[in-house]
Amino acid sequence: MTKIKSVEALKKYQDELKKAGESLEELRDAGNLVGIKVAMATCSNAAGAGKVMEFISAALDKRGVDALVTKTGCMGYCYAEPTIEVTLPGKEPVVFGDVDIQRADQIIEQYIKKGETVEGVIPVNYKTVDEPYNE
Amino acid sequence: MSVKKQIRIALRNCGVINPERIEEYISRDGYFALGKVLSEMTPEEAVKVIKDSGIRGRGGAGFPTGLKWELASKNKADQKYVVCNADEGDPGAFMDRSILEGDPHSVLEAMALCAYCMGATQGFIYIRAEYPLAIERLKIAIEQAGELGLLGKNIFGSGFDFDIGLKYGAGAFVCGEETALIHSMEGERGEPTLKPPFPAESGYLGKPTNVNNVETYANIPVIFLKGASWFNGIGTETSKGTKVFALAGKVNNVGLVEVPMGTTLREVIFEIGGGIKDGKKFKAVQTGGPSGGCLTEKHLDTPIDYENLVANGSMMGSGGMIIMDEDDCMVSVAKFFLDFSVEESCGKCSPCRIGNKRLHELLKRICEGKGELPDLDRLKNLSEVIKDTSLCGLGQSSPNPVLSTLDNFHHEYLSHVVDKKCTSGVCTDLLEYFIVEENCIGCTACARACPVGAISGERKEPHLINPDTCIKCGACMEKCKFDAVILK
Ligand SMILES: Cc1cc2nc3c(=O)[nH]c(=O)nc-3n(C[C@H](O)[C@H](O)[C@H](O)COP(=O)(O)O)c2cc1C
Ligand code: SF4
Ligand code: SF4
Repeated sequence: MTKIKSVEALKKYQDELKKAGESLEELRDAGNLVGIKVAMATCSNAAGAGKVMEFISAALDKRGVDALVTKTGCMGYCYAEPTIEVTLPGKEPVVFGDVDIQRADQIIEQYIKKGETVEGVIPVNYKTVDEPYNE
Repeated sequence: MSVKKQIRIALRNCGVINPERIEEYISRDGYFALGKVLSEMTPEEAVKVIKDSGIRGRGGAGFPTGLKWELASKNKADQKYVVCNADEGDPGAFMDRSILEGDPHSVLEAMALCAYCMGATQGFIYIRAEYPLAIERLKIAIEQAGELGLLGKNIFGSGFDFDIGLKYGAGAFVCGEETALIHSMEGERGEPTLKPPFPAESGYLGKPTNVNNVETYANIPVIFLKGASWFNGIGTETSKGTKVFALAGKVNNVGLVEVPMGTTLREVIFEIGGGIKDGKKFKAVQTGGPSGGCLTEKHLDTPIDYENLVANGSMMGSGGMIIMDEDDCMVSVAKFFLDFSVEESCGKCSPCRIGNKRLHELLKRICEGKGELPDLDRLKNLSEVIKDTSLCGLGQSSPNPVLSTLDNFHHEYLSHVVDKKCTSGVCTDLLEYFIVEENCIGCTACARACPVGAISGERKEPHLINPDTCIKCGACMEKCKFDAVILK
């Protein structure tokens, strides 16, 4: 890997990453894929996020759903671990809580494949710094 | 949908990016703050940005970060060090762990920024050995940043060199205190020493050292990208930006929240936290961990900032927030935290080593129904002595849970000491078995089970327990199929 020696070089690298769809968001949007993030911090792992991750990856493969499954850090919803965030093409991300293998199966069959609602959606209750702060 | 009371600055990437891929951090403007500062600002200008932002330490005491950096930068030395305090030891706290596991690069970038500001070339993260996943992700992050030249020699072609190494915690709470932490890094016993000298003058290996908390660092890159005035537009007069809290205890939505300073406890507990579990009644909220205090109903509308919490007998601490309901006994809660402090006192100074033990004994006595009225004064006086005469922050703050509960829940202490009652039903020694007349069908099961014949009553008539004979074995409660036997 070549070293980044200036802000311009960093910007160029960022642009390349974006073009190559390095961020999950862009890759997903470009390929019309389903994006799935599995929270995998210590608390989520203790609640079984690892197994859920394995199951989802394998199940989506088997059932022919084109999706991008990645791990991420703590989403802050410890009371509902394991949590996953699912983004259907062109839709807002939806966070599901208490996802065990059975629920993961249900989410794939009902929400991802058919777009039907599934219980246990956690409302997003925060703004990130990307959004302007105005009270 | 609930109103968005939360703003995520320190947690901006947690749960958003894959922490094991630097590409995702860079896609979200990672390392741009470092690039910008190294190519456009002198260290003095950069320190000024942090000073102007008004950010204060998130690890406990709330010392202004910009001032700390300035002191460290002004002390001349051939070598200086940047240290990240990731020894998070408060019971129930996991803010720092979540940041390190979810967004390790933000801490690395901030440490490099700090190093540039103060003129250091080496950084260390002092991390709890109990955090294997955070350690693994930090190692990956350090390696990836090194490969791209974002750590190492001649960063951004500016001539600035900076490396980061990991040091593992010695497993004691007091090692999170900055002087103890530095001794532990040096391979010495992790015991605090008197300040001054402050680490900024003489820290690791006697060189000027800047110690900041994980969450403090996680805010830094955003401050440089968005500007000091953006940051200090959030929060209250004296406390700028946001604070991450780990909500725990009897609240519906246990988890991590990040709210602007100035948010009220009510908003955090009832709006974001979803209120008290099982529809019970709120009783108290403990902030600041073992060094903090218990606040009550009357404090719920107080805006959270460093000063307000201290003024009400608690403190910000690192951000643990434990919610208690009507079933919690406040004397037992104070005892729980004292238990922790007794266990974790390093023993160097007597007020903390012996005083906390004595406090704990007094509380234990009260919970067992052996307390007397003068014990309450003894608790208060001893607490004040310990606070005034201990060497480090542990001893200086360990009596806070006692003082604040004595203040805010005096009636509970009185009922333990005078009436020998624990109204929340926690202190088993003070409880009595009791038969609820309406529920009892008079089946006689309990009377037959009672080993000391304390239960009397005619068949098909409500039974009665004689408290003078009862030895509190609980056999009756186990036998009763009608929930007629209760403890109260
Ligand atoms: C007993 C004791 C334990 C502490 N534990 C921690 C800790 O786990 N993490 C932390 O960041 N600060 C801890 N501190 C505070 C540190 O001494 C120091 O103030 C802090 O790391 C400074 O960083 P900040 O200015 O960014 O908050 C502790 C202090 C005391 C007295
Ligand atoms: S106050 Fe307690 S923990 Fe701190 S140095 Fe003294 S004995 Fe050790
Ligand atoms: S076992 Fe229960 S229902 Fe039967 S007599 Fe005792 S208290 Fe009454």
